[in-house]
Amino acid sequence: MSVADNAKIQSNPKFHALVKRRNALGWILSIIECIMYFGFTLMIAFAPDVLTAPIASDSVIPFGMILGVGIIVVSCVLTGIYVYQANNTFDPIVHEIIEEASK
Amino acid sequence: MKQLKAAFSALLSSAVLFAARTGSAMTVDSGPAAPAPAAPPPVNWHAISMFVIFVGITLVITYWAAKHTKSATDFYAAGRGVTGLQNGMAIAGDYMSAASFLGIAALVYMNGFYGLIFSVGWLVGWPIILFTVAERLRNLGKYTYADVVSFRLKQGPVRTMAAIGALIVVVWYLIGQLVGAGQLLHTLVPQISYRISITIVGILIMLYVTLGGMKATTWVQIIKAGLLLGGATIMALGVMFHEGFSFAKLFSDAVALHPKHLAIMKSVVPIGAKANPIESISLGLTLMFGTAGLPHILMRFFTVTDSKAARKSVLYGTCFIGYFYILTFIIGFGAIVLVANNPQYVVDVTKNILALKGGLNMPAVYLAHAVGGDFFLGFIAAVAFATILAVVSGLTMAGASALSHDLYAQVFKKGQATEKDEVMVSKISCIGFGILSILLGIAFEKQNVAYIVALTFSIAACTNFPILALSIFWKGLTTRGAVVGGYVGIFGSIILLLIGPTVWTKILKMGPAIFPLDFPTIVILPLVLIVAYVVSVTDSSESAKQERAAFDAQKLRAETGIGAEKAAVH
Repeated sequence: MSVADNAKIQSNPKFHALVKRRNALGWILSIIECIMYFGFTLMIAFAPDVLTAPIASDSVIPFGMILGVGIIVVSCVLTGIYVYQANNTFDPIVHEIIEEASK
Repeated sequence: MKQLKAAFSALLSSAVLFAARTGSAMTVDSGPAAPAPAAPPPVNWHAISMFVIFVGITLVITYWAAKHTKSATDFYAAGRGVTGLQNGMAIAGDYMSAASFLGIAALVYMNGFYGLIFSVGWLVGWPIILFTVAERLRNLGKYTYADVVSFRLKQGPVRTMAAIGALIVVVWYLIGQLVGAGQLLHTLVPQISYRISITIVGILIMLYVTLGGMKATTWVQIIKAGLLLGGATIMALGVMFHEGFSFAKLFSDAVALHPKHLAIMKSVVPIGAKANPIESISLGLTLMFGTAGLPHILMRFFTVTDSKAARKSVLYGTCFIGYFYILTFIIGFGAIVLVANNPQYVVDVTKNILALKGGLNMPAVYLAHAVGGDFFLGFIAAVAFATILAVVSGLTMAGASALSHDLYAQVFKKGQATEKDEVMVSKISCIGFGILSILLGIAFEKQNVAYIVALTFSIAACTNFPILALSIFWKGLTTRGAVVGGYVGIFGSIILLLIGPTVWTKILKMGPAIFPLDFPTIVILPLVLIVAYVVSVTDSSESAKQERAAFDAQKLRAETGIGAEKAAVH
C-alpha cells in the first residue's frame, strides 16, 4: 500500500470541502436533536400544560407522550440519515482524496 | 419549596438509580420482615438455573477470548475486530443498565408519563455522540478517550486529568451497580445473602475481564443485550396481548386502576412534587452530555475495525436503546394494570395497592411473573443479573485501562512501558477493581447512594465530554486550558453536589442546601467551557503554539482515518 502524502491532502481543496460538508451535516443534525430535546425539556420546565393536554377529548393519552416517543424515533432516523450520507457520499470522497495523495 | 426538592430528589434518585432505592427500600422492608416466623421463602430454582446457564456460557466465552487475547490491542480493544452490528449490540449492552430497565419501569409504575422524560433523556446523547465524536474517536484513539484528548497536548498533565475524570466516574458508577446487584440477587434468591451476591459478581468480573479482556466483555455485553431486548419484548407483547393490542385500552386501564388516576398522565414531575424549571433543564443537559462522556461507552469505539463500523455501531446502538426504552414504558404501564392491586405481589392491598413486596424496583420483575409465570420470572431475574455483569465488566475494563494505559504507561513510564508490562498492569488493575468492588459493595450496603448518578453523569457531562469535544474541534485548545478546564469540571461538580440538596441536606444532614440544584451541570458546563477558552487563549507559551500548530495534522487524521490504529490480523 502506498503511503498518502499528508501535505498533498492539506493542499487539496477537496479535503477542506469534505471537512466543511461533513461538519455542516454533523452540526445541523446536532442542532435539530438539541432543539427537539431542549424544546421538550423547556416545555417540561415552562409549559407542562401543553405536554399533558390529551391528544383527543376522549383520550387519556397526553400530547407529551406522543412527543417523547416521537423524539426517540426521530433520533434514530437522524442517526440513520447521517450514516447513510457518510457511507454513500463522504466515504467515496475520502477514498478519492487518499488516492490522489498516494500517487 | 423544601418539600418539593426532597420529593423531587427522592423520586429522581429512585428512578435514576435503582440501586439507591432498592437499597434503602429493602433495608426498610426486610428489617421487620426478617425475624417473622413465616416459613422460609421457596428457593427460586428457575432463576438460579438460568443464572448458572448464563454464567456457564459467559465463562466458556471467556475461555475462548483468553485463548485469542495475545496483544495489548486484543486485550483493550478486542483486536479491533468487532463489526458495526456487534458493537451496536455491545453498546446497548454496555449502556442499558438494570437502573434503566427496572428503574424506568418502576418510575412509570409510580408516576406514569413522567418516566418517559428519562427514557428520552437517556437516548438523546447517542445522536450527539455520532454527529460529533464517534468516528473521530476511532480515528484518533488507541485504547482510551484520554488518547484523543492528549493527542496533540502534553501527555502527562492531560492524561492525568482525563484519567482522574474517568476513574471517578467508573468507581462511583461501579458502586451504584454493585449495591443494586447485591440487593437484586438477594431479593430474587433470598437464600443468597447480600454479601455473597456482591462477592459472586466481583469474582465473575475478575474472571471475565482479567482473562478475556475486551473480547470477553464485548460478548458478555452482546449476549446480555440480546437477552434483555428479547425478554423486554416478550413482556411488552404479554402486556399488549392482555390489552387486546390497543394502546388506548392500556392507557385508559392504567388510568382507571392507578390510585392517582388521571394524574399519571398529567404530571411532568413526580406526582405530588412541584416543578422546578431550572432543575429540569439541568437534568436534561446532564443526561444528554453525560451519556456522551462515559468512559466505558467511549471505549467501545476503539474495538471496531474502522470509522465506518464506528458510525454504524451508533446507529444500531441507538435503535436498540430507543426500542428498549419504548418497551420499558409499556412495561411500566403494564405493571400498573397487571401487578398493582394483585395480592400476590402487593404488601397489603387494603393499605396501598402500589407498594410491592421487595421494594420499589420490583414492578418489571413481577410483571414477568404475571405474564409468564415462574419460568419467565426466573428468566427476567437472570437477565437483570446478566445486565449488571455486563455493565460492571465494561466499567472495570474502562477503569483498568485508565490506570494501566493512561497513568502507568503514559504518565508514570512516560510512554516507555512495554506492551507486556502494560497489559500485566491492566490485569492487576482488573483484579484490584474486582476486590475493590466487593469491598465497596459491602461498605455501601446500608449507605444512601442516591447521589451517585448525579455525580457520575455530572462529571461526564461537565468534564469528559466538553474537553473531548474541544480537543477535537477547537484548534485553540492548549494543555493549560484542557487541564484547568477539566479540573474545574471535576471539582466543581463534586463541590456543588456536596453542598446540594441530596448530599448536604439528606445525607449529611447539614441543614438547607447551599446550592439549590441536584444536578450542577447548568452551572458547571458553561463554566468549564469559559475557563478552558480563557485559559487557552491567554496561553502564549511556546508549547501552546506548537499544540495549536499540531491541530492540522490531528484534523487530517481525524477526518480521513490516515494513520488510525489498524485492526489486528489473526
